[in-house]
Amino acid sequence: MPDLSIDFAGIKAPNPFWLASGPPTNSGYQVMKAFDAGWGGAVWKTLGVPIVNVSSRYGSINYRDTRMAGFNNIELITDRPLSDNLHEIEEVKKHFPNHAVIASLMVESRDEWEQIIRDVENAGADGIELNFGCPHGMCERGMGSAVGQEPVVLETIVGWVMEAAKVPVITKLTPNISHIVDPGLAAARGGSDAVSLINTIKSIMGIDLDTYAPYPIVDNKGTNGGYCGPAVKPIALEMVKELAQHPEIRHMPISGIGGIETWRDAVEFILLGASSLQICTAVMHYGFGIVREMKTGLLEFMEQKGYEKISDFVGLALPNVTEWKHLNLNYKVVAKIDQEKCIGCQLCYVACDDGAHQAIRVIGSTESRVPEIIEENCVGCNLCALVCPVEECITMEHRDQGIAPVTWDELAERGKIPTTFDDDLAGGKGHHVPRPEEAFKFRK
Amino acid sequence: MNPTEAYYESSRCLFCYDAPCVQACPTHIDIPLFIKQIQTGNISGSAKTIFESNWLGNACGKVCPTDVLCEGACVYDNQHVPVIQIGRLQNFATQTMIDEGSNLCKPGEGRNGKIAIIGGGPAGIACACELRMLGYQAVIFEAKDRPSGLTVHGVAPYKITNEEVLAEVDFLQQQLGFEIRYGQQISSQEDLQAIEQEFDAVFLGVGLGATRQLVLPGEDKKNVVGAVEFIEDLRMQHHRIKVPDRVVVLGGGNTAMDAASESARMGATEVTLAYRRSRSEMGGYDFEYELAKSVGAIGLFNVTPLEILGNERVTGIRMIRTSTANGKVVTIPDSEFEISCDMVIKATGQAKQGSFLAMIEGLELDQKKRIVVSSDNYQTTNPKYFAGGDAVNGGAEVVNAAYEGKMAAQGIHRWLESKQE
Repeated sequence: MPDLSIDFAGIKAPNPFWLASGPPTNSGYQVMKAFDAGWGGAVWKTLGVPIVNVSSRYGSINYRDTRMAGFNNIELITDRPLSDNLHEIEEVKKHFPNHAVIASLMVESRDEWEQIIRDVENAGADGIELNFGCPHGMCERGMGSAVGQEPVVLETIVGWVMEAAKVPVITKLTPNISHIVDPGLAAARGGSDAVSLINTIKSIMGIDLDTYAPYPIVDNKGTNGGYCGPAVKPIALEMVKELAQHPEIRHMPISGIGGIETWRDAVEFILLGASSLQICTAVMHYGFGIVREMKTGLLEFMEQKGYEKISDFVGLALPNVTEWKHLNLNYKVVAKIDQEKCIGCQLCYVACDDGAHQAIRVIGSTESRVPEIIEENCVGCNLCALVCPVEECITMEHRDQGIAPVTWDELAERGKIPTTFDDDLAGGKGHHVPRPEEAFKFRK
Repeated sequence: MNPTEAYYESSRCLFCYDAPCVQACPTHIDIPLFIKQIQTGNISGSAKTIFESNWLGNACGKVCPTDVLCEGACVYDNQHVPVIQIGRLQNFATQTMIDEGSNLCKPGEGRNGKIAIIGGGPAGIACACELRMLGYQAVIFEAKDRPSGLTVHGVAPYKITNEEVLAEVDFLQQQLGFEIRYGQQISSQEDLQAIEQEFDAVFLGVGLGATRQLVLPGEDKKNVVGAVEFIEDLRMQHHRIKVPDRVVVLGGGNTAMDAASESARMGATEVTLAYRRSRSEMGGYDFEYELAKSVGAIGLFNVTPLEILGNERVTGIRMIRTSTANGKVVTIPDSEFEISCDMVIKATGQAKQGSFLAMIEGLELDQKKRIVVSSDNYQTTNPKYFAGGDAVNGGAEVVNAAYEGKMAAQGIHRWLESKQE
């Protein structure tokens, strides 16, 4: 059987599934319950000078009948005294010496950093995570994302921490920045052992249409919170990739965070360079038991692919993530509809006609509602296949053009790219577009 | 359907392009739109979408044979996934608004024109609502003391309650302000002349008449009843009805299925559904027949009655077996047999309102005694008269009557406009 255990920057854990710092790691009770349920590690709810929280604290995006497709919170770091947390960390390590317990920290002065690092190390923490990410509350006081958004400050604090810490240090990054490489480089320059990302995204979840207050509502007011959950995964994956590909950053192991809920999500993060995974929203939605699905799925995947350990496939997708200018412009796919599988909803037709390239026609008779692809108009955009409610009904088929691959970069070198507004080299020149007045045939 | 179920069920709708459910609905309700409106918590908007196309949207959500209409067309069926429960969602939206007494629609700006509607069934109600929206005055003449015709008198009680039917008409009447004059049987030339004098146009929504006579020996015995009358009794004086142990229902249409189902529900222990043709030729919908079977009715096919037996009261029925040759039913010699029973329900069709219709000058009827109308405006051959519902289509669903009544109102409007020019 494949081995799920990891050694992440010197932090050992029986598996890569760690609880991210947040409400599920607020207490020793929760962390021990999680370890019994099968979690490999836990990043403790951020410690520092305790705060006072508000009520309510969480908001959610429901997509149709799917609850919590996206989620946000305005809860701050721990509101419990440090000594209570330290006692509980000690207790957890006593019962679970082989599980990873990482203390997330957020304080202001160098003295505070040095003292709290000593305290959590004495309590038995296997590592430290620096919370430079929270986009609400703490940042107003110069902590959290206020640090993560200022690479110089970030580098300085990482420097202080590295001098003080004996256990491995993970720097947690905020996505609320235009270029994730900047804080990534700062963490590397500061000497951080590893990075974790993403923290939550600054967000407003919605507005109550009676009181006009933003969610989550606190006495008819609200504030921006941190957005997370399945909806943020694509943003997290991109940022993980950015760091994993960067020559001056990629030596640091990456702990992937952001919308992980299933084994598939986990594998995707690993393939883009993560070597441990942190999960919070999925646990807040389904409880600790959700790890069963992730572990069994990951094991099954590794067995099928013949991997023995996680490190066997970390970053394997990275060579395939390139810049747009390196994509093959001569590669062509076209949509194909499986007549047998089609149920006749015609969503592909209207999506293509209204939202894409007018490459699907409907016959309009009642006997067959199966649409037809107009192959010469099809640009191979995928939209029809994406909206189709039937699995594998619309597939994108490769059409060999019989010409050698060529990229934008190569065309540019040869001087074969369009350079003027009406350039004959425009890719869409001569491509079928209906006459504007043809729109009127749909008038009722 | 409660709000939670409506929320989950509405989430499943694919919002098909040129949706087959809309095409399958006789009133062409924009079904994907009203379902999406339920999904987004716009229940009043959803109910408006429904009523804009079908003034009896609430009743239709319950009494429509959705399996063969909207839901029968749902593309999910092609995927062997349960179809969207369109009828129940529709009823959820409209019933919610009726319960809340919400104001959904306003009558149109007053126009000169007063229209008489003879018959307060679904066609007449729909016609009145649409005329009010167009700004005309509308007065319904109803022979009975309740509105909505067969929707309240003739639909099997398990489908919809009297209260639900009447509440919808009340809801519409309160907002649109059409008048209903009850107990107004129009039965003489004088009555018609008075109407013609007072009103600018007349809509005939008179439906069909009583159950047709079979002309069988013994048909006048006690406990030989027409299905339409049987259902009306069930609906109007349920507490007084006692259905005996053994019942034979004659007929193969949906009314026969209703009569069989309801007899069994009312306590009959042996219910025989006797039809003169084969199972596959039966006009009743499959799901109606299955429902009748599920409560204990037994189908007996290719048989036709010869005589009803008994003294004062029915004790049995003598029947003969049949076969179908070139589409015609022929009896098989020497195949007579008797069934003992305590009640015979004739679900063999309603008579037309022939004598009433004959009083209207120039009104053409077809061979089956249906009123002939123009397909685009539902105008009869007497230009002042328009018509819709069972009297025109020979007997169909509530939803068909609702559509025809609405279309006739628009036809009346165009005709009155053209007269003014």
